[in-house]
Amino acid sequence: MQRIGVFVCHCGTNIAGTVDVKAVAEALKNEQGVVFSTEYQYMCSEAGQSLIKNAIKEHNLTGVVVCSCSPRMHEATFRKTAQSAGLNPYMVEIANIREQCSWIHKDMEKATEKAIILGRAAIAKVHLNAPLIAGESPVVKRALVIGGGIAGIQTALDIADAGFEVDIVEKKPTIGGKMTQLDKTFPTLDCAACILTPKMVDCAQNEKIKIYSYSEVESVSGFVGNFSVKIKKKARFVDENKCTGCGLCTEKCPMKKVPNEFNLGMNNRSAIYIPFAQAVPKVATIDPDHCNMLKNGKCGLCAKICTAGAIDYKQQDEIVEEKYGAIVVATGYNPISLEKYDEFAYSQSKDVITSLEFERLTNAAGPTSGKLLRPSDGEHPHTIVFVQCVGSRCSADDSKGGKSYCSKICCMYTAKHAMLTREKYPDTDVYVFYIDVRTPGKSFDEFYRRAAEQYGVHYIKGMVGKVIPQADGKLLVQGSDLIANEQLKINADLVVLAAAIEPDKSARPLATMLTASMDTNDFFTEAHPKLRPVESPTAGIFLSGACQGPKDIPETVSQASAAAAKAIGLLCKDKLTCNPCVAHSDEMMCNGCSQCANVCPYGAISYEEKEFRMPNRTTAIRRVASVNPAVCQGCGACTVTCPSGAMDLKGFSNRQIMAEVDAICR
Amino acid sequence: MQSRMIERAKQLLADGTVNRVIGWKKGEFAYDITPAVFESAEEIDKDFVYDDFCGHNLSKYLIKESRKEGKLLAFLKPCDTYSFNQLIKEHRIIRENVYIIGIACDGKADAEKIKAKGISGITGISSDDDTFTVKTIYDDEKISKSEVLEERCTVCKSRKHAVYDELIGDEGEVNENSGRFDMVTKLENMTADERYTFWRNELSKCIRCNACRNVCPACSCENCVFDNPNSGIAQKSAATSFEENMFHIIRAFHVAGRCTDCGECSRVCPQNIPLHLLNRKFIKDINELYGEYQAGVEDEGRTPLTSYTKDDCEPSIVNERGCK
Amino acid sequence: MQINNEFKPKIVAFCCNWCSYAGADLAGTNRLNYPADVKIIRVPCSCRVNPMFILRAFQRGADGVIICGCHPGDCHYTSGNYYARRRITLLFSMLDYLGIERERTRLEWVSAAEGAKFSATMNEFVETVTKLGENKRLEDLRCKAE
Repeated sequence: MQRIGVFVCHCGTNIAGTVDVKAVAEALKNEQGVVFSTEYQYMCSEAGQSLIKNAIKEHNLTGVVVCSCSPRMHEATFRKTAQSAGLNPYMVEIANIREQCSWIHKDMEKATEKAIILGRAAIAKVHLNAPLIAGESPVVKRALVIGGGIAGIQTALDIADAGFEVDIVEKKPTIGGKMTQLDKTFPTLDCAACILTPKMVDCAQNEKIKIYSYSEVESVSGFVGNFSVKIKKKARFVDENKCTGCGLCTEKCPMKKVPNEFNLGMNNRSAIYIPFAQAVPKVATIDPDHCNMLKNGKCGLCAKICTAGAIDYKQQDEIVEEKYGAIVVATGYNPISLEKYDEFAYSQSKDVITSLEFERLTNAAGPTSGKLLRPSDGEHPHTIVFVQCVGSRCSADDSKGGKSYCSKICCMYTAKHAMLTREKYPDTDVYVFYIDVRTPGKSFDEFYRRAAEQYGVHYIKGMVGKVIPQADGKLLVQGSDLIANEQLKINADLVVLAAAIEPDKSARPLATMLTASMDTNDFFTEAHPKLRPVESPTAGIFLSGACQGPKDIPETVSQASAAAAKAIGLLCKDKLTCNPCVAHSDEMMCNGCSQCANVCPYGAISYEEKEFRMPNRTTAIRRVASVNPAVCQGCGACTVTCPSGAMDLKGFSNRQIMAEVDAICR
Repeated sequence: MQSRMIERAKQLLADGTVNRVIGWKKGEFAYDITPAVFESAEEIDKDFVYDDFCGHNLSKYLIKESRKEGKLLAFLKPCDTYSFNQLIKEHRIIRENVYIIGIACDGKADAEKIKAKGISGITGISSDDDTFTVKTIYDDEKISKSEVLEERCTVCKSRKHAVYDELIGDEGEVNENSGRFDMVTKLENMTADERYTFWRNELSKCIRCNACRNVCPACSCENCVFDNPNSGIAQKSAATSFEENMFHIIRAFHVAGRCTDCGECSRVCPQNIPLHLLNRKFIKDINELYGEYQAGVEDEGRTPLTSYTKDDCEPSIVNERGCK
Repeated sequence: MQINNEFKPKIVAFCCNWCSYAGADLAGTNRLNYPADVKIIRVPCSCRVNPMFILRAFQRGADGVIICGCHPGDCHYTSGNYYARRRITLLFSMLDYLGIERERTRLEWVSAAEGAKFSATMNEFVETVTKLGENKRLEDLRCKAE
């Protein structure tokens, strides 16, 4: 028989405002096995916790029920409290009377009655709790960073700096990500390449960092501290170790009409290419879709001229398997496709471009060598209209693929674009159509005001309704000015759309492999939106950069370092304490039928032939299941598959759950 | 048939291929037959019988028998072989220890149905095509098979053996149009009230003798969940109407995807509860929702409930295309 | 005896720890009301919900049972909810076959971000079950008499 203590928390007025906490404590006192019951203002406070500790000692409690906020909030707190008083931490159960009671009910009587029932259910469960002892598993002291943009680079550098080995997997031929395509960065206007490329080089030169460029994660198995990852190194048909990056092959390659993705298709590259001059690794890659040699065996020019002998047309995809203790996701973002935005004539006119395309047009390494020229005729544009919130802040069921969230970075980069245009080309009229200008960030609002006030950018509150290409090559922009309350018509030379950003398409399948959860927009969800913003709910998976939500560079870098710190915290440990709430098989009941192993997602169940003593001094050899507690994650799929009930889950046993059912239905 | 089986059994015993034979043994009455293990030609001569009353599925006995020393000869009817495969899949039978002779089957007679026709003093049975000849202490009675076949035989799903080492008699075929789901469909088309009344009438007859559980080849647990004190539902006998429901729903659920529809549960039920209608409902649902599946066709692989596809229907499908 | 218009149903909700329980917490955080008749039992995954639990709830007088889990594809344990979906579908179909009102059982996928969906689902479910009235078909009269 358990000796149970019940502790009802007021949570200030959060609970006590709608639940009569005294009545709850009083009612639960009469439950079987309850020897102590009390309420207190803040059970999670130090005073509250010592109240629990004292009661455990004073009343020789064998079980504790805390009626408080969600166990997702403070279960760990109260388990530690019990442990410090000498009680097994798994003898604590939480009745959630805040999130699932006081906060949703207004009627005091009903809420109190429900709180009592929830308390009873927790008491009924504690009666069947058994002390659990957590096992331990070792930690592989190596981290994997998926994605080699600024987020992944920063995380990798920080982890390496702490002395741990770290691998970066980047699907493109070079690391660097979106930031390599940017010209200047707000609000300080330093050049992106100048601040990024040294970090890329650091990565390449760091002994602790290994870069898998042009590679993708193929599969992930294992669990925190012990992930096993298969990485597919896509065939680049160039031996990375031999290629010196001289670039001769890219010059001689006859296939020169391949749209250059680095410049967003605004110019061409050759079939064998190095994405840009500062690429890391600076190694050529053959595009198999365009290479004549790979497509029909004719050409072979690059192999002939390569003095290093690096070209290898027979190269195959290679699968590498590595073990990691921690995985950091840094898959980043992409601008959404604007194909369906016909009102802005994006597909109809070459002179309607996205902001990222505008970045390339103003970049010295871009298709126009940094001169701002219209894509259609190469003329200097004199009137430029910037349109903000294209695809951002739409209704949730937007038919054009617009997003309901704010993309966060567009206000600032548009201010940057407008300002830089006005600075370089003072003869240009610049209009910015906006819904709101959002500038929360250090020196951000000052930056925007400088654009509007000092640089004479025309900020117009309102949306553009239509962009109509004219016969003379101009673009008629029709929009409304909500402040002046008038319709505007502007004859523009160039229209720049601030396209919403969305998570990279590779994120969704990756999340499935990692069993990490995502929100409806395919951004990774954090373990807690405020308190654990860089961790995924899946242990050992950390989030870096825009894969978790739209972010600018300063924010990305700080989050990347935060994710690194969390990963380092994990890698520092020699051993991890396992979740003791795992499945276990009662050998006397087990049939060895293998159904449980069939449904186990972790391969935690194995079988052995065991000898059993039977009646009348006989023995029998039976096949029975056994669970590896370090591998089992405690989902319970096996328990329901098991017909004899031999398989049960510690902490959520059949009898415990049924006791809760009984208490609720009583 | 019986003489060919006896002859072959003796041969296999004599040449040492097997050291035991499992078959059927005469009881006090002609229809009172029990499964039995024979260890010698003499025992076989004395008691071995195979006739139209030998309905018992011998596969379940092989769980224990195949774990004993030496190889065993088992005579399996087509439907028994499905159970055999399913038990192999679940690692319950040691295949190497069993020599299977598949025996053709034209359907077994239900002694209860014969007796209900007022025939008594039964001493034997024989059959040709569609007639049973029941020998009695009075006269021989001829009855049309369709009138007194066991229910499962009237809707026989397969005369083809799923597995065998050798065959006696002709190999039959799978019957795709057995009509075995007709009664399930009929029930589905009743109103909820009618269905409730039907099942309440049937299940309330249950005396929890556990015969269905004990005979069922899928109910092969070392210890039944209803006898497992840690399951939270252990019960010796049904004390309330709910527990009758509970026992039969859980039992049907536990064998769902594994039940080969051998029909033993209904055959042995002393209260004549049509238990097969619960199992067949699951089989029908599985066929319709997750693709045709016959347990026991194969001896490896997953069952419908231990596999899934990402595009499986949602449970709300029950609202859309469930019963009336 | 209770009069039907005062009838307060007993509803047991099984919520998976990772999505739906968090969704229920979010409903609380956002103060999205739903009737106090709903009592939640936390399970690690929807695949932990044994049909025995559902039947037991009905046996002990529950008027409705709802199971909530992560959306297909989002299971914390990758595949748990897929297994749960098959099991629960077949069980619901069987209960329907036995003549138990199918509106008394429900499965709903609720993510950790869907506090509003959780609340709306519970409101709807309670309303449906309230309309059906007391569960007379599957309860243990012995346990109910107090």
